[in-house]
Amino acid sequence: MTVDTAAQPDVAAPRRHHRRRRVNKQNRVGWAFVAPFAIVFIALLVLPLFYALYLSLFQTRLIGGTNFVLFDNYIKAFTDENFLDGIWFVIAFSAVLIPLQMIVSLGVALILDAVVTRFARFSRLMIFLPYAIPAVIGALMWGFLYSKSFGPMAEIFGAFGMAGPDFLSRELIFFGLLNIVTWQWAGYYMIIIYAALQGIDPTLYEAARIDGASGWQINLRIKIPLIAPALVLILVFALIGTLQFFNEPQILRYLASGAIPSDFTPNMYAYQQAFALANYNYGSAISFALGAVVFVCVYIFMFITRKRGSFLA
Amino acid sequence: MKRKPILAAAITLVLAGALASCADGGDANEGGGSEATNCTNTIPKKDLPVVTMWAWYPNMELVIDNFNEQSDEVQVCWTNAGQGGDEYDKFQTAITAGTGAPDVIMIEADRIPTFQVQEAIVDIAEFGYEDVKDDYSEGAWKDVSVGEGVYGVPVDGGPMGMIYRKDIFEQYGITPPTTWAEYEAAAQKVKDAGGPLFGDLGANTPAVMMALQYQNGAEPFVYDSASPENIGITLNDDASKEVLDYWGGLVEKGLVGTQDQFTPEYIAGVIGGDYATYISAAWAPGYLTGAGVGEGEDAGVWATAPLPQWDAANPTFVNWGGSAFSVTSQASDPELAAKAAFGVYADEASLTDGWQNQVIFPLNLNALNAPEFVDYEVPFFGGQQANKEVYVPAANEYTGMTYTPFGAFYFDAFNEQLASVNDGSITGSEAADRLQEAVVSYAEEQGFTVE
Repeated sequence: MTVDTAAQPDVAAPRRHHRRRRVNKQNRVGWAFVAPFAIVFIALLVLPLFYALYLSLFQTRLIGGTNFVLFDNYIKAFTDENFLDGIWFVIAFSAVLIPLQMIVSLGVALILDAVVTRFARFSRLMIFLPYAIPAVIGALMWGFLYSKSFGPMAEIFGAFGMAGPDFLSRELIFFGLLNIVTWQWAGYYMIIIYAALQGIDPTLYEAARIDGASGWQINLRIKIPLIAPALVLILVFALIGTLQFFNEPQILRYLASGAIPSDFTPNMYAYQQAFALANYNYGSAISFALGAVVFVCVYIFMFITRKRGSFLA
Repeated sequence: MKRKPILAAAITLVLAGALASCADGGDANEGGGSEATNCTNTIPKKDLPVVTMWAWYPNMELVIDNFNEQSDEVQVCWTNAGQGGDEYDKFQTAITAGTGAPDVIMIEADRIPTFQVQEAIVDIAEFGYEDVKDDYSEGAWKDVSVGEGVYGVPVDGGPMGMIYRKDIFEQYGITPPTTWAEYEAAAQKVKDAGGPLFGDLGANTPAVMMALQYQNGAEPFVYDSASPENIGITLNDDASKEVLDYWGGLVEKGLVGTQDQFTPEYIAGVIGGDYATYISAAWAPGYLTGAGVGEGEDAGVWATAPLPQWDAANPTFVNWGGSAFSVTSQASDPELAAKAAFGVYADEASLTDGWQNQVIFPLNLNALNAPEFVDYEVPFFGGQQANKEVYVPAANEYTGMTYTPFGAFYFDAFNEQLASVNDGSITGSEAADRLQEAVVSYAEEQGFTVE
């Protein structure tokens, strides 16, 4: 007994030591692999973030120079009608857009999952295609399609002697943008859902069918519950993306006569403040304020879906 | 040269340009021009000091070559950093960063106070202004000055006139209106006869409205660099309201369109004969030609006439657009930079190329009063001597305007109000009141004392 206890550490020590050295070496190799990313990550993401935070605590005026104002810019942002209007717009836009996108992409994915023909593969590619087109080009293209004088819509309506709807007017720009964003992203979400559907064990369907389940029942009771995590993931993506809405309205501004002011969305407002009006401080504050709104919205959403949204848990 | 014309002429180009110039902006980070490694042009005299320059005139390459060839003191390294707003955004970033701006920069007259108030451009009165003072009119100098300080070398201007379609005027039996009242009457006559729109109120051209308000005797801004913290803002006086109500009325009566200008949609309308007139500046023929107007179905139908007046007995001439070369405060050698600013686009060969190809309307009096310019039969106007009949007199009568030190905000806010006028939600007077309120509160927020 005494011999054993005395001897054991002697035997174990060198081995443990050896292992520790190997772990250290592994660590170093690991860091070497991570380093390129870490450097870029810190230099281009973390540092600018802190710099922007620092900037947002000051106020620079054309007359009177720069002053430290602590949270004044944030107080201003949350009482600034332009900013709040932008926030309400993107929230309203999300409320319509996200369900629409979900229904379209889920519906298409379920159909493509059920149909196994060469045409289904072709359709999958085609529906995904808009995502491969840069947002800027997509927005431009739609800008032309919406055109009152040379767009196809004008021609179709013109054939019936009617004036086509002007999706670039103040009244209809909401729907014009809705269509563009859905077109752009539905295919991408469809692929995510489709991939999740492919991961389901097909024996489940067989068992369900033996139990007498119809196609609808399989969809509603098996497929959708099993891909719920993917749906939550998409929802979070869509929510963050929409709250940060920028590219499409920024491009369409040049085509939509006055329908899209420079403070249309919070991101556009921040851009205008920083780069057109030289108000970097307020621009940074708006960005952080928007970040806070996004965080709150996503948190609320995650809280509601916490049982199913296991991917972030 | 022009406000934002070519910018939106082809939206695809805008984007390509924006993307390309993003890259340019990064590359052109030359820290005050001490090193000039990214010129678009080649520098022939390599032993001379080099000055960096941002500019977007379409014939800039030729202009720079002309200058470099003739100069024995300095060479210019030129980059196109984008047109108008694109360039200003980059310059603004460079100002804040304290580095990255060129030595000399092309700026439109209405933006000069914006950069002057930030001390981003320098007074060039002592760097050879006296030598060339007589080469430009008083109005041209006023546009590039803030108070007593001279902040740019004028290059081109935009005396305004009324471009119109001869065929539409003939068809409906009207002659060019000389007053705004006649303009409205003619518009009504054309509409009643089932004709096209008479003109257009683009929400994206607030500078036109500012000029037309000036024409009616308004003076939107009183600003002097001697006391930069004080500014007078009068955007809702009777004269301004009269102009905005007049145009708002034209829109309401369906006499003019509401399409944003410089968009493909607008150009398609211009080509298709949807507009009988285009209230614009002397550079417009060049812009329209570049956008494909005046070829094919609408070839040979364009003519120009003097701008309609409020009071025909006391005509007032105004300006839209026009730009200048300014020396930036980041220039390593401002005196040398000023030499380039004064010299570029001031030689006869460059100016002649500029006006013959309708790229610019020269402000240099040597070119402006030269017989070959005055008598030139402008091809776009079917050989009409447009300079003699319309633009040279307008340029000579022009006395200059005072612009605001926060042009970006003012024009943005004006855009928004014009858009509301266009969709009928407010009247011109209301737009003026709202604009006044927005601009005054911005000015106060920026630390100005509003008088």
